[in-house]
Amino acid sequence: MASLASPLRLCRGILREIRAIKGLEYKQSLAYNYVLDQFRKNQITGERYCRAQEEALHASHSYLCLLTSTRQHMALYDMYHGKGQRDTEEMAGIVGLRLPTQPGGKGWEK
Amino acid sequence: MQVLNPTWIGKTCLLITLVTDTMLRNLVRLHSRVGHALSPPIVYPRSQALKLPLTLLSVNSKYYSIITERKKFYKDVSISHGEGGMFEINLDQRKMKTPGGKLFTAPNEALAIAVANEWDTQKDTLKFYSMHMTTLCNTALDNPTFRSKDQIITAALKYLETDTICYRVEEPPTLVELQNNEWDPVLNWIEDRYNVVIGSSTNILGPEIPQATMDTFRQHLGSYNFWSMTGLEYVITQLKSVVLAFALIDKHITVEQAVLLSRLEEEFQIGHWGNVEWAHDVDLYELRARTAAGALFVHFSSESSTVKRKLMQD
Repeated sequence: MASLASPLRLCRGILREIRAIKGLEYKQSLAYNYVLDQFRKNQITGERYCRAQEEALHASHSYLCLLTSTRQHMALYDMYHGKGQRDTEEMAGIVGLRLPTQPGGKGWEK
Repeated sequence: MQVLNPTWIGKTCLLITLVTDTMLRNLVRLHSRVGHALSPPIVYPRSQALKLPLTLLSVNSKYYSIITERKKFYKDVSISHGEGGMFEINLDQRKMKTPGGKLFTAPNEALAIAVANEWDTQKDTLKFYSMHMTTLCNTALDNPTFRSKDQIITAALKYLETDTICYRVEEPPTLVELQNNEWDPVLNWIEDRYNVVIGSSTNILGPEIPQATMDTFRQHLGSYNFWSMTGLEYVITQLKSVVLAFALIDKHITVEQAVLLSRLEEEFQIGHWGNVEWAHDVDLYELRARTAAGALFVHFSSESSTVKRKLMQD
């Protein structure tokens, strides 16, 4: 999308995602320092059309997309995904029943 | 649709933006309270296995179990230099290993940091299905299906015969127009860039791809190394389209645009019938995450960068 193409917005977006992941100590995380480093390194270039700059921009856009979409996917997953089945003992306990016990074991068990 | 920008690249972006905007604006969100619509993951009790089951091959292999979650067993994640310029990941002083038992090594720092960040993101439980970069690295390192690069290329090119972009419908007319407006520019771009003939068709058998086209693509794909090829095949499998994967890897379109073009008919139907959050949005974000991981993986595996400093003359 053309709206996210500016490096400043991309950089801010990625750092915001890292902050959402890490919480308060996000400035000490690996990714934070590396991302800032990369953005600073690619900033100054002598050429008018720098292919490496375009590629780095595309890569950072992809990384931002990866971070945002993983976060959104996990949020929806936690909200909607099935939690699995309960144990039969638990299920019986919900309605106030207990599973029958057979001290001699069931006929077909060894 | 009113097109204001004369250049066709701008036209595509504008159209895609217009299409997405109108579609998003017309969305009717159905708030469904169905909680158990999707089948639950198989959660096994925590096993004693130290191997972490994270590759693209999940069932029917004696090396990999179907554990999808595990309790988090580390606090800090860091990376370190290994032998031969490779990078390793340390989870609380212990070196990370692939599910196949090999030491996990990444060829460059960027990839290592991306993987380390994925492990850092996990809280309390490790959700392996959200760690896409790790999965791709593990697959490239272990190669659990024992495929050679040629076999991967053949598998990837098979998708060209039934490429999403080339499969057109004949009705309803709005969908036909949408497909022509959105997909034709990408098709023209790839035909120009690689000097091939692909074409689209409304036939049930799909387009007739000439052998020269297949040869050109095969030769081009041969220039990628094994890691990049693994990533590229992954992207093609996710997007169900060779054309879109190439457009994404060659940095012609962004991940969001590629995903939108891949799901064009679905988006069209969503715009018409409404969006179902627990199905459509889940699919959308998961596809975006996987495709973004694949594109990033290919980029990191096939790049090499040097920094030349020039003196500033004042």
